[in-house]
Amino acid sequence: MYRYDSYDQSIVDARVEEFRDQTQRRLAGQLTEDQFKPLRLMNGLYLQLHAYMLRVAIPYGTLSAKQMRKLGEIAAKYDKGYGHFTTRTNLQYNWIKLADAPDILAELATVEMHAIQTSGNCIRNISSDQYAGVSADEATDPRPWAELLRQWSTFHPEFTYLPRKFKICVIASKEDRAAMRLHDIGLKLVSRDGQIGAEVYAGGGMGRTPMVAPQIKDFVPEDEIVSYLEACLRVYNRYGRRDNKYKARIKILVHELGVEEYKRQVEEEYAHMKQLGLNPPTEELDRIRPFFANPAYEQGLADEIDRADPAFALWVDRQVAAHKQPGYAIVNISLKPKGGIPGDASAEQIGLVADLAETYSFDELRVTHAQNLVLPHVKKADLYAIWQKLDEAGLAEANLDLITDIIACPGLDYCSLANARSIPLAQKLSERFADAGRQKDLGELKVKISGCINACGHHHAGHIGVLGVDRKGVENFQLSLGGSGAEDAAVGQITGPGFSEDGVVDAIEKVTDLYLAEREEGERFLDTYRRLGMKPFKEAIYG
Amino acid sequence: MKILTGNDLSTGDVIWWAGDGWSRQVGESVDVGDKGNDLARAEEAALRVVGAYVIDASRDEGGVRPAHIKDRIRALGPTVRPDLTLKPNDADAGNWVI
Repeated sequence: MYRYDSYDQSIVDARVEEFRDQTQRRLAGQLTEDQFKPLRLMNGLYLQLHAYMLRVAIPYGTLSAKQMRKLGEIAAKYDKGYGHFTTRTNLQYNWIKLADAPDILAELATVEMHAIQTSGNCIRNISSDQYAGVSADEATDPRPWAELLRQWSTFHPEFTYLPRKFKICVIASKEDRAAMRLHDIGLKLVSRDGQIGAEVYAGGGMGRTPMVAPQIKDFVPEDEIVSYLEACLRVYNRYGRRDNKYKARIKILVHELGVEEYKRQVEEEYAHMKQLGLNPPTEELDRIRPFFANPAYEQGLADEIDRADPAFALWVDRQVAAHKQPGYAIVNISLKPKGGIPGDASAEQIGLVADLAETYSFDELRVTHAQNLVLPHVKKADLYAIWQKLDEAGLAEANLDLITDIIACPGLDYCSLANARSIPLAQKLSERFADAGRQKDLGELKVKISGCINACGHHHAGHIGVLGVDRKGVENFQLSLGGSGAEDAAVGQITGPGFSEDGVVDAIEKVTDLYLAEREEGERFLDTYRRLGMKPFKEAIYG
Repeated sequence: MKILTGNDLSTGDVIWWAGDGWSRQVGESVDVGDKGNDLARAEEAALRVVGAYVIDASRDEGGVRPAHIKDRIRALGPTVRPDLTLKPNDADAGNWVI
C-alpha cells in the first residue's frame, strides 16, 4: 500500500488545522453559514436530515488494517457506533457534531486519511477495481496510476472549481468490477505490443441524465496519461455548462458537442500541451510503484480447501474469488445480511475486519462500489478460520452478486436530497428473496436502489433498478430493467408507471418469475432480458 | 399551522421552535404564523440554529405532525434504526411517520 511521504502528511495536517480554525470561527459567529458551507464541504462535512454527516475518503477503495481500525474507533467515539460504506467506496458517519469534526479529521490524519475530495466541484476520490493487484486477468496493477492521479488531483489549482464534480476510475482488467464507463472519465489500462497504456472513455455518468462513456482514445502511452487527462479536463473546464448545474457534467458537454468534436478539441489541447513538456516525471510513478509490490506470498501452498462444513462450502462458492497467486484467495465480505442495511457496519464489525486484514491479509483490505468489503490476500488454508469469525459477527452472508446483494443509497432515512426511502425497500427485498436456494437459482442479478434522481444507488446500472420519487408527498418507486455497470455497461429502461413500496417488491418477484420461466441454458437474468426485450416483462408486471 | 425547524448549529440535532426557544420534540412546536422567516433569520444570527425553514404542519390528538414525510422522518429519526430515534423504547412511536 502507498504510504504518505512528508509532503502528503504535511498538506493533510495543514488542512486539519485550517478547518479547525474555520470551524471555531463559524461557532463564534465570525463566519456565516453561506461563508462556511463551501469550506466544510471541501472537508467532506455535509448537513443531512438528522445531523452533520462526514464523508471520509478511501482512495481507490484501499485501506490498511490500522486505517480500518481507526474508522471503527471514530464510529464508536464520535458517532452512534456505526458507519456506512458508500457506492463511491467511501465511508460516511451520520451523526457528527460540528465541534467534533476537526478532532475527527485530526484522528484520521494520524493514519494517513482525510475527507478531502469527497464533496465540491473538484476531482473526487479516484476509484478502481477491488481486485486490483490480485486478479489474474489484469494487464497491470492499476493502483500506481490511481495513486498518481490522487496526487495529481489533490488541490489541483486549475481543477478545484470545475463546472461540476468529476469522477475518475482506473481499471486494468477485462472484467469491469468498478463501473468504469459510468464515470466522467474511465481509464482502462491495457498492454499493446508490450507497452502499457490506457483506453480513455469520457462523458459517462448516472444522475438525471445517465450515459455510458464513449471511448475517445484507444491508446495513450503510460507516460502521457496524466497530461492527456489534463487536456480532457481543460476542455471541460473551459466549455462545461456553468449556467445550469443540471447540464454541467462532462457527459452533457460530450453529448452536446458530439464525441468527435470533443475528441478533436482534446487532441488540439493535448498537441498544445505536448509542446510545453508538461508530462509529470516518470520518476514519480517509479517511486509509487514499489508501494504496490506483491506482499511476501508463501510459495508452494496447497490449493485445496476442506469443504466438509456445508455452510462454509456455500460461503466459499459465493464469496471467494480466484487469486493470481497459487494457494491464495480473494475473500468478499458481504455487508448485506438478511433484512440488514446495505453498506452499514458497526464499530465492532469494522474492528473485526481490521483484525482479519492484519492477521490474514497482509494488513490490507478493500471497499467495493457494491458496498461490500474485500480481504485481497488470504491463504486458502485460513479461509475456514476467517469464515468462523465472520459468521460470529454476522458478516458471513453468502450472496455476492445475487439478488439480495443490493446496492442502496441512504435515501430519505438520512439524506436531505432524497425523495423516498431506499433502505426499507432493500430490506423487504432481502427478506422476500432470503431463501438461499432461490437466490442461487436466480444467479447473478444486481438490484440497485436510489432514493432520488441523483442516482447514488446506481439504479440506472442495475439489472433491476429502482428509483424512489416523491408523488405528492407519497413515496413512489419506478422500476427499470436491463442496466449494467460491468464491461457490458448499459442504462436500464423504465418499465412503466411506478409502484408503492410493497408493489415494487411484488413487481420484482414477477420479473424474476418470468426470467425463471423463459431463461435458456446458461443465461443470466440480464441475458434473458436482452434476448426477450422489455415487452414480456412489462406484460408480466402490469398484466 | 406553520412551524419552524432547523438543525442545532453545534450538534446538528433536529430542532423545532417552541415559542421561547428550541426543542428536540416536534410536539412542542408552536404555530409561528407569518413570523417564521423573521424568526429563522434572527435565530440563525444568534448562532442557535442552521438551515432554519418554515413548514406546514397540523395538530391532532397525537400531537404536531409535519405535513411532508421528510420532516416527519426528521422529527423522529431514521425509520430503519428505531434504536436511534427519539423514542427507542416505544415500538409504536413511528406509526405516524410513514
